[in-house]
Amino acid sequence: MHESIQVKNITKTYDKVIALNSINFEVEKGELFGLIGPDGAGKTTLLRILTSLLVPDSGEAFMNGYHVVKDYKTIRNIAGYMPGRFSLYQDLTVEENLEFFATTFGTTISENYDLIKDIYIQIEPFKTRLAGRLSGGMKQKLALSCALIHKPEILVLDEPTTGVDAVSRKEFWEMLIRLKNQGITIIVSTPYMDEAGMCDRVALMQKGDILQIDTPEDIAGQFAKKVFAVKAENVYNLLRDIQAFEHTHSVYPFGEYLHYISKTTSNIKEELSNYLDSKNHKSVKIMTVKPDIEDCFMELMTKTVNNGE
Amino acid sequence: MENRGVVIQARNMVKKFGHFTANDNLNFDVYKGEIFGFLGANGAGKTTAIRILCGLSAPTSGKITVAGYDVHRQTESIKKNIGYMSQKFTLYDNLTVWENIRFYAGIYGMKLSAIKVKTDRLMKNLDLEHARDKRIASLPLGWKQKLAFSVAIFHDPKIVFLDEPTGGVDPITRRQFWDMIYETAHSGITVFVTTHYMDEAEYCDRVSIMVDGRIDALDTPAKLKKNYKAKTMNDVFLKLARGENVCPDSYRELNS
Repeated sequence: MHESIQVKNITKTYDKVIALNSINFEVEKGELFGLIGPDGAGKTTLLRILTSLLVPDSGEAFMNGYHVVKDYKTIRNIAGYMPGRFSLYQDLTVEENLEFFATTFGTTISENYDLIKDIYIQIEPFKTRLAGRLSGGMKQKLALSCALIHKPEILVLDEPTTGVDAVSRKEFWEMLIRLKNQGITIIVSTPYMDEAGMCDRVALMQKGDILQIDTPEDIAGQFAKKVFAVKAENVYNLLRDIQAFEHTHSVYPFGEYLHYISKTTSNIKEELSNYLDSKNHKSVKIMTVKPDIEDCFMELMTKTVNNGE
Repeated sequence: MENRGVVIQARNMVKKFGHFTANDNLNFDVYKGEIFGFLGANGAGKTTAIRILCGLSAPTSGKITVAGYDVHRQTESIKKNIGYMSQKFTLYDNLTVWENIRFYAGIYGMKLSAIKVKTDRLMKNLDLEHARDKRIASLPLGWKQKLAFSVAIFHDPKIVFLDEPTGGVDPITRRQFWDMIYETAHSGITVFVTTHYMDEAEYCDRVSIMVDGRIDALDTPAKLKKNYKAKTMNDVFLKLARGENVCPDSYRELNS
């Protein structure tokens, strides 16, 4: 069997809100799979169903062949779950938390120390500190250690990098890639689009739907429109002027540049350049760029909105 | 920009908790109508500094004024002249849009007649006239964030503090939110903002980066990238916060 996670027509509603709208996808063994989307996309609901903590309205899901509803006891042994909110015991020390989780799963810290060594070693100097008094980055490392201590086959991580600074985020992804290389299947959710590039494959999610599933490279590669990066002295006026330009399909700030997509297909650069000259913009720079995941996500978002109307 | 007037001035700002120094001699000015990015790793001391600047916590030492008022003695005047919004605390879910506005504006001492007139205008601008009597809980996150920001600047403060205002929102709403920030700054209100999105650091007029309680860099995004030989603000941040690079000479001279 190659599929580690199978999700078939999973639907979940809360009152009238559709949290998941007939979701389908598979994750292969040893894959690092990302669920990318903003708050309200359905990421947490999906991960809670996979870890047997929520029951879907309809549809089925399997983790390493086990049914997430019928085989919930097995699911809890083979999955390691790191919830979005910090949910360790704040009034236990670092070491006590880890021991608690190990004991609950009938194992010991020493038995699986190899698996968590890389991560735990960074917080071990603080092992007598209460978990509630750790910094954000350290809490995150402890939570990951606790999710790993029973040597799970599948690691389920709900927004582990939300609210975490850019340095700690980078370190966290480096840890995940090392775990993946040890053969653990990982499914991880994030609202940060730039983290898509760290995953083998990603599902872009929005309001209970999967907009697209593919490798990050192929999602960007399939983007049909040309993207131009534009810069000028006064970025504020530049944005306003391009928004008012008749050929504009979309224009959004992307760091120090604006990303511009035209309704037309030829002479795009010349048309825009002439227009910006006529608006007296200075030091104008226009160049083609490869679309990134955020370009793709926004394009897919607007498409869905338009179809819905 | 220096001519526009200083709205925040910090000189030798120090905050100690026992033996731990959370803010280690901070020196900086923030100007009127500026978008000032306040970056740093978790635990670098950003929250401590913001609490002092909002008049919620007294510094251990230093001469600091916010909107012209002293943070040691005039905290109530500071609170009246600033706005604040964070991702965690925004509006009351169980109150309607109108009730929230009336509540906040009332706290700041605005007259009911003035609140009514301004609310009408705001509802029109945000295209939210239909939602005026809806409870906040029923609105999508993007709308809540935009509304929370509008409420934070409803009393025309001199400065608005935004603490990770865009966490978790979708990429289009995130950009619409920054549109509002630009407009606010253009209208003369200073925007003091923290974020973990490094592309947003590029949208700021100037950016400061805190490392271990100190401000290790403060400049325009363009100059920071040049000084640290970095392509993006993300690279600048990683270099500074990971300690892969010491301060460039230019900044060291400034502070010696």
